[in-house]
Amino acid sequence: MTTMPQIRPDDRPLLIAFGFTLVILVIGTGYTLSTTGTMPLLQPSYLMQQLQIGSFLGICAAGMMLVILTGHIDLSIPWTLTSAAMVATSVGGPWAIPAGLSVGLCVGLVNGFGVSVLRVPSMIFTLGLDTVLRGLMVARTGGFAPQDTATPAMLYLAKAKLLGVPVALFVWIAVSLVVTFLLTRTTFGRALYATGTKERAAWLSGIRTRAVVTGAFLGSALCAALAGVLLAGYSAKAYQGMGNSYLLPAIAAVVLGGTHILGGRGRYAGTFLGVVLIVLLNSILSIMQMPEAFRQIIYGAVIIGMLLIYGRGTRVSE
Amino acid sequence: MTRWIAQNRGFAAALVLFAALYFSYHLMHPRGFSTAVLVQNANELVAIGFVAMAQTVPVLLGGLDLSVGAVMTLAACVASWLLDGTPAQIALGMIATLAVGAGFGLMNGLIVVYGRLQPIIATLATGAIAIGLALLIRPNPGGNVDGDLNWALTNSVYDFAETYGFARGGDAAWLQPFVNIPVPLILLFGTACLVWLPFKRTVTGRTIYAIGSAEGAAYASGLPIDRARIAAFTLAGFFAACGGLYLAIQTSTGNADVVQAGAYTLNSIAAVVLGGTALLGGTGGVIASILGAMILRAVSFYFRILDIDPLLQPLIEGIVLLTAVSAVAFRTFGVKNQLELFR
Amino acid sequence: MQNVPIVELSDVAISFAGVKALAGVDFACHAGSTHAILGENGAGKSTLIKIISGVLKPDTGTIAVNGSKVGFSGPADAADAGIVCMFQELSLIPDLSVADNVSILRPPRRFGLIDRRAQIARTEELLARVRCEDVDPRAMVRDLSLSRRQMVEVAKALGRDPKVLILDEATSALTQRDVETIYGLLDELRADGVCSLFISHRMHEVEALCDRLSVFRNGQHVETFAKGERSDAEIVRLMIGRDVTAKFPPKPPIRAERAPAVRLDDLRWEDRLKGVSLTLGKGEILGIGGLDGQGQKELLLALFGVLKGTKGTVTVGDGDGLATSPHRAKTGKNRIALIPDDRKTEGLMLSLSIADNIVAAALDKVASGGVIDPGRLDAAVRDGIARLQIKAGSPAHAVRTLSGGNQQKVVLAKWLMIAPDVILMNDPTRGIDVGTKQEIFRMMRTLADEGKSILFYSSDYAELIGCADRVIVLYDGRVVSELTGEAITEEAIVAASLNLKGEVA
Repeated sequence: MTTMPQIRPDDRPLLIAFGFTLVILVIGTGYTLSTTGTMPLLQPSYLMQQLQIGSFLGICAAGMMLVILTGHIDLSIPWTLTSAAMVATSVGGPWAIPAGLSVGLCVGLVNGFGVSVLRVPSMIFTLGLDTVLRGLMVARTGGFAPQDTATPAMLYLAKAKLLGVPVALFVWIAVSLVVTFLLTRTTFGRALYATGTKERAAWLSGIRTRAVVTGAFLGSALCAALAGVLLAGYSAKAYQGMGNSYLLPAIAAVVLGGTHILGGRGRYAGTFLGVVLIVLLNSILSIMQMPEAFRQIIYGAVIIGMLLIYGRGTRVSE
Repeated sequence: MTRWIAQNRGFAAALVLFAALYFSYHLMHPRGFSTAVLVQNANELVAIGFVAMAQTVPVLLGGLDLSVGAVMTLAACVASWLLDGTPAQIALGMIATLAVGAGFGLMNGLIVVYGRLQPIIATLATGAIAIGLALLIRPNPGGNVDGDLNWALTNSVYDFAETYGFARGGDAAWLQPFVNIPVPLILLFGTACLVWLPFKRTVTGRTIYAIGSAEGAAYASGLPIDRARIAAFTLAGFFAACGGLYLAIQTSTGNADVVQAGAYTLNSIAAVVLGGTALLGGTGGVIASILGAMILRAVSFYFRILDIDPLLQPLIEGIVLLTAVSAVAFRTFGVKNQLELFR
Repeated sequence: MQNVPIVELSDVAISFAGVKALAGVDFACHAGSTHAILGENGAGKSTLIKIISGVLKPDTGTIAVNGSKVGFSGPADAADAGIVCMFQELSLIPDLSVADNVSILRPPRRFGLIDRRAQIARTEELLARVRCEDVDPRAMVRDLSLSRRQMVEVAKALGRDPKVLILDEATSALTQRDVETIYGLLDELRADGVCSLFISHRMHEVEALCDRLSVFRNGQHVETFAKGERSDAEIVRLMIGRDVTAKFPPKPPIRAERAPAVRLDDLRWEDRLKGVSLTLGKGEILGIGGLDGQGQKELLLALFGVLKGTKGTVTVGDGDGLATSPHRAKTGKNRIALIPDDRKTEGLMLSLSIADNIVAAALDKVASGGVIDPGRLDAAVRDGIARLQIKAGSPAHAVRTLSGGNQQKVVLAKWLMIAPDVILMNDPTRGIDVGTKQEIFRMMRTLADEGKSILFYSSDYAELIGCADRVIVLYDGRVVSELTGEAITEEAIVAASLNLKGEVA
């Protein structure tokens, strides 16, 4: 067979995102060539460094994707991340990382219970839990930046290099592999898509949708906690508000990667590309020394523009 | 009366909760009830009250507007340049500010209706654009707002009359029953009554409720669905701009603060829910959301007078919010046909 | 009937997802007449009225009102032309008050705003016309009972000053008094020159009310004639059309004793099930008959573990009780499957692929330890597609691209994968073409012969007669009749459905 491979509809967002990533690289390289005559964007070491920073966002987005696939949203990411980092650094020692992750475990279970059993809209329940976590952390640290420092294991995971590649990147790739495996090869993955497409039909097919939704929130909170532990390692300490800049980019990355915001559709490769796109966009805007104002405008315009190109969203009413 | 309570159970519950909170607040207040305290409380309420009103309209549709905080910030930054000079200039500045907000809302509505994007994600993106514009206008916090205006609008009716020298400087007999009312409260509720209540009584306004309640039936009844959606987002932009305008007058500055904008958006959702408006749409209203905002604020007032560690404030706020929404949700355990739980 | 028809359709055709719902339809109705539209389920009646009332746009053909061509862009246009429809699925907004609903489109105004007092006065007037003075105009529609809502719907339609009034099964949930009120109204409207289009399954209503009748079958307009021109038997023949009746597989001889698969004793739930007792034998197809909404759906849902707070004893197999969730029902010692009536929202995940839908209920069967074995999964999907002869380009295509019949086959394939012992079917052939219906009936008989037990509700009496070993008829949440063998006749089912003892419909 020598026919052109057909473009499947779910591949469209992926291709568009990939194409846009290339456009960003070309524009950025063109800019650096014209101003300084160098092209850092095409240097592996620079790219690697950008992706190392992007890995924290990537891990958050992986978890967020699980939740969005069920048709919900997790707004508790910022303080789940921060709490995990703070707990990890204050516990210290060999138990630092398990302690941080167990924060994620608890948050995920509570979110899952509130959304799937109590059926509080996820938008408001996760927001409430985020406020509670912030409250707990503020009360504990007394409003000051905690002095606890990251443990050597955390520093290693976040900052060290293995074979010239940052370890954080390996962690991100590991998370990516796990999520891809979950989504494509396990009964949980299938149940997740089914639940997100039509919870009613999935439940009537005998799928335990409450457990599935709880599982998705668990995944999201664990990813946020992991990102928190890594970020604390990267900054060598945990600090207030360290998670604030991860919520909206994570949602944007998932949606730009072609996952439907109402659930049921999307592939992990898209989310990965979405993160790369956002990271590259950010780094080019910093290279251009773009003022924050234009960054925000470009950021918003890119999301709207790409979604309009995807041509999705359905008109309801029959 | 009993019917009203049955039909507005969420609103009634919020009213009782607020009354209890606010009454005991005054009882516990070291100086007791005073106009000064009332004025101060009212001032803190206005911006979040307006933003909660803004959020309510898209929520009634069954949507959500994540750009309300950003639009408020944008409006505040615009206002911080325009509210000085002759009275005519100031009035023009106010109109321009409100027009910017309404225009931004209109853009949201057009994107949602004709671009066929989900409101959550569309407004998430336009919110970033609004913040960007705000930063362009005000790279650094600052501003120049007419001092009289600031004084007159953030105090009691008496001070307002005195500033502008009407009703014999506030001493006219007919004004006496009203002199202690804070102007910010009048602005907030006045806007709600003059804009929202009439709007609710138009076909477009009623269509917003109809869409949130049963979109299919609304369409089959021949209601103007696209027009109502666009109007809802435009109105959200307008109310958000009212909040921004007041914030600029109150603080005499415009400040393109991203974190603050996000906090206002999230608090607006909380206020809407506390007021008893269903996030799925169809029931509720902006007055209820003002009440929701008042509850949010009343909780925070306690920290000032009680000997609570202010560091506990976010924790208690979060617990109040979670408890309120979970209490409503416990009725799911009484549902006999489990299919009703799954939409 | 000499004057220009008030509504005239010429050569109208429309299809959904490749399935023709209407084809080459010419239809006309006249002012001052009450016009019945008759036909089986799926004959295209609802589609016809949706086109006339502007909800659907025909693919081809033209609509003319009073002789001039129109193109409705939505229900609002049709309403402006005086065409008002009362839909089967109500068009009321639950969260608005009765008064708001009644004058939803053209409310009385004062200073440009809706005048609530005038609105309430107007509503009271209209409610009085439909003799529903007990309904408070200020009450929320969601707080009204179904029959009151239907009367509010009537009031709403009247308030629009109709020239053409369409009543789609308008009397299905009404009390006798309300039905008589509507009869009176229709007579008044006819005297005023209004054309009423009346859709009903109740022949005696049609007899009493209508002066002209049109019969539809399989999306085609068969014939229109004045009342009295045709005998009832002829009308039924036109509706069914001898050549297209579904052929049913032969029934096995009646067996007196079957080992029970499911036994219900005095099953009660809320006010919908009022003490249902029945036994479903192994290898038996037990049909459930009755008018819509007599508790049939609730009975099936209860057995599938959907309803909470049921009372009475249920024995499944050797001694299992009632499942508490669909998951338990599916995985119990005796596996239970439910084919829901609404396949678009309850049976299928429309935007997922055919393969994903087929394995949705039996994920454990193609996985070990939660990890899916792609080989087993593909084999299972192929097997399901082959077994039910699902016509699809590729298993990776979304289910929504299939025709209704093939979609329903996917639902069946999904449940056959768990090898169920008891299959509950809620109107499994609704909106499906005749060919697929026959395949489904053959499949049901094969399954029964394999020893599976099938509990099967159908709104189509012919299916019960042709397919079921035994038929029970529900009325108001109770079993009012049980028919076996030769006793399963249309007359017996209809009589029992209306709870008329001995009277033949």
